[in-house]
Amino acid sequence: MVEWTQQERSIIAGIFANLNYEDIGPKALARCLIVYPWTQRYFGAYGDLSTPDAIKGNAKIAAHGVKVLHGLDRAVKNMDNINEAYSELSVLHSDKLHVDPDNFRILGDCLTVVIAANLGDAFTVETQCAFQKFLAVVVFALGRKYH
Amino acid sequence: MTTLSDKDKSTVKALWGKISKSADAIGADALGRMLAVYPQTKTYFSHWPDMSPGSGPVKAHGKKVMGGVALAVSKIDDLTTGLGDLSELHAFKMRVDPSNFKILSHCILVVVAKMFPKEFTPDAHVSLDKFLASVALALAERYR
Repeated sequence: MVEWTQQERSIIAGIFANLNYEDIGPKALARCLIVYPWTQRYFGAYGDLSTPDAIKGNAKIAAHGVKVLHGLDRAVKNMDNINEAYSELSVLHSDKLHVDPDNFRILGDCLTVVIAANLGDAFTVETQCAFQKFLAVVVFALGRKYH
Repeated sequence: MTTLSDKDKSTVKALWGKISKSADAIGADALGRMLAVYPQTKTYFSHWPDMSPGSGPVKAHGKKVMGGVALAVSKIDDLTTGLGDLSELHAFKMRVDPSNFKILSHCILVVVAKMFPKEFTPDAHVSLDKFLASVALALAERYR
């Protein structure tokens, strides 16, 4: 089981309490699709992804970005049992969506970059440590039920 | 792994033009974050009296690392030749596991995003990421 300090808990709670999901979610997913274009393989039904501008303007992608970001709420609410909290989602990503789990790490890195851009100096070293630890735990949980 | 297109090269040069005056600060911040967020990287610096973010050794070394990045920008058309000496250094003297280049690259990207949110567009991000991956590849050239 993962151990969280009081400081880590409050950093994570603080990030998500002040997060503009409608802004950050679309930006993180779009950046992932632009910077790591092979991730587009999972979005064949989402319309025009032919250029960075097309991706940035794609409403379906934006909506999905919001959805995915809200997927992290589950971890924020269950910090002491993230593995169990993502059990079903892990099976879904493995058996139905067939997503290579390395993509979770990639999207996590893009989210880190977008949040750093958003928070500026407030994205302190301690904040980055806590946030990347949090993402690593979620990424592990999402990959756990692959077989 | 990656071939830099003409667009990548011009994007990197343009971005570098905007951020290079803050190179020392970027290097210090990125290195400090790397050591804190990925503690396994501290194994290479056990000879430092202080590995904390903002410390003297971290600032000095961050400046040195960004000097290497500046050199790479100037040799962007032939990184393998341009970074030959640095590759020998990393391969034979320092013996840094190449997986750490990716880790430091990520920290550089985070710091650039933090300091230059407007300039670090997705287009700039992909070109800089490719560039840093190419630098890493050139640095690992002499390993084996």
